[in-house]
Amino acid sequence: MHNEHVQEHFNNRNVTEIDSNYYMVDIAPYPTDGWGKFKRVLKRALRGELFVGLWVVLREMIRFDIHTVKYPEEKMPIGPRYRAVHEMKRLWESDTERCIGCGLCEKICISNCIRIDTKLDENSRKEVSEYSINLGRCIFCGYCAEVCPELAITHGGEYENASDQREHFLTFGDMLTPLDQMKAGTQVEFEGFGAITPHEDERVKKTPLAY
Amino acid sequence: METAYFVETIIKIVVILLIFSALAGIGTYFERKVLAFMQRRLGPVNVGPFGLLQVAADGIKLFTKEDIVPTNVVGRIFKIAPVITAATAFMAAAAIPFLPSFTIFGYEVHPIVADINIGILYILGIMGVGLYGPLLGGMASANKFSLLSAARGAAIFISYEVITGLSILAPVMMVGSLSLIDFNEYQAGGITDWILWSQPVAFVLFWIAAFAETGRTPFHLIANDHEIIDGFGTEYSGMRWGLFFIGEYANMFFISFVMALIFLGGYGDGSFLGALGLLGKVAFFFFFFLWTRAAWPDVRPDQLMWLCWKVLMPIAMINIVITAIVMM
Repeated sequence: MHNEHVQEHFNNRNVTEIDSNYYMVDIAPYPTDGWGKFKRVLKRALRGELFVGLWVVLREMIRFDIHTVKYPEEKMPIGPRYRAVHEMKRLWESDTERCIGCGLCEKICISNCIRIDTKLDENSRKEVSEYSINLGRCIFCGYCAEVCPELAITHGGEYENASDQREHFLTFGDMLTPLDQMKAGTQVEFEGFGAITPHEDERVKKTPLAY
Repeated sequence: METAYFVETIIKIVVILLIFSALAGIGTYFERKVLAFMQRRLGPVNVGPFGLLQVAADGIKLFTKEDIVPTNVVGRIFKIAPVITAATAFMAAAAIPFLPSFTIFGYEVHPIVADINIGILYILGIMGVGLYGPLLGGMASANKFSLLSAARGAAIFISYEVITGLSILAPVMMVGSLSLIDFNEYQAGGITDWILWSQPVAFVLFWIAAFAETGRTPFHLIANDHEIIDGFGTEYSGMRWGLFFIGEYANMFFISFVMALIFLGGYGDGSFLGALGLLGKVAFFFFFFLWTRAAWPDVRPDQLMWLCWKVLMPIAMINIVITAIVMM
């Protein structure tokens, strides 16, 4: 019973009942006899629709309100959530890389374009030794950024990655935020997949210790 | 005398060929710019000032492209078809007076290659022969879309020849001559003498038919991109395709001249202002070809045939009868 109700609710896709702003377009009855067709031709011919069309395009030409973006010189602003070429972020506190070498991004990548190799450094901490993304295979789905527990790998806004080969590899160093940018404090956090939602701090609850 | 006439004619032919071949290129520039402005775009801007050298870039590209003759095409016919289009377009120009006669270095020049007494008949006939370009090109191409385009082309051209012929018959009856110069002299008295005022129906009919004859947008069925790719031009490349292109644009210019000369008084009394007036009228007609392309949709082939045989032809016939009654 309960299930049926839910199904009914989801199957009702009739927007006219939900939003009353929708209305039926008034379509005149289709002429059946020759005289009716002749009258329709006369009405359409004499209503001057052709000249309305001519006027509209001429008006736009005179206004000269050009909307062309001269692409290489001018660029459209890009949304902060846009998923373009990946970036590796650093920690704000210590300027060290956020990546902990967990390999989740490699695991989740559905086009198998990420390869990660790790080793233990002198402090027995895991460290990324090899990291590469094949941008020729990458479909920019954003799963790697979403799965990353440290917000280390994210997408950036650089979309001009045309290349003369299919395989176009990015290594860890290419993606890592440069140190001088960290010193200037200009590293930009990614707002898209996997990012912390705004006001996340207020929503954090202490884990109750006593059950 | 004979030699001078011969040399003069050759020079005229060369000048007309050069000017209108160049104009065809510049026509494409204006078409792209006008269409762009009407669609809030900029059009070509990068090659040269205001993109003016785009024409040269396109020309270089057309000339240097590989000339591909695909397998299975009928080679000779495939190769000759574009030449027919371009050649007939320019042949039609022989009987068109482009400017009033003027004197240069004490020598009087008539800017018409041959003032024959059957001028209009000749122009319409040669433009009708221009049908063989798309028809043969489409049939020889071994391509379904080209074949469709050829069939459409034949149907449209033959149908609208009727409209051009009948609509122009009434003005011819009034003037009593087929020479475009006689037409011009008939209307030399000024704006009130224009045949436009006495034959407005014929003018509109001829104008509509001109769109079909040149294959421009409301009747752009022989190369309708979204239905049959480029129609008869699908298999062509390089300068062979370019010849089709030049022929189309030259045709647009020449039919604009014919319309201005027959209905809008041509160059009037032959003064400098009159000559400028003729060029202005031609420019307007050419602009109108581009204007409609931005504004109007294409009609279906059956609608085009319906319009021709059931609407325009009866109107043209009635117009002739009424003109005849009034003249009696």
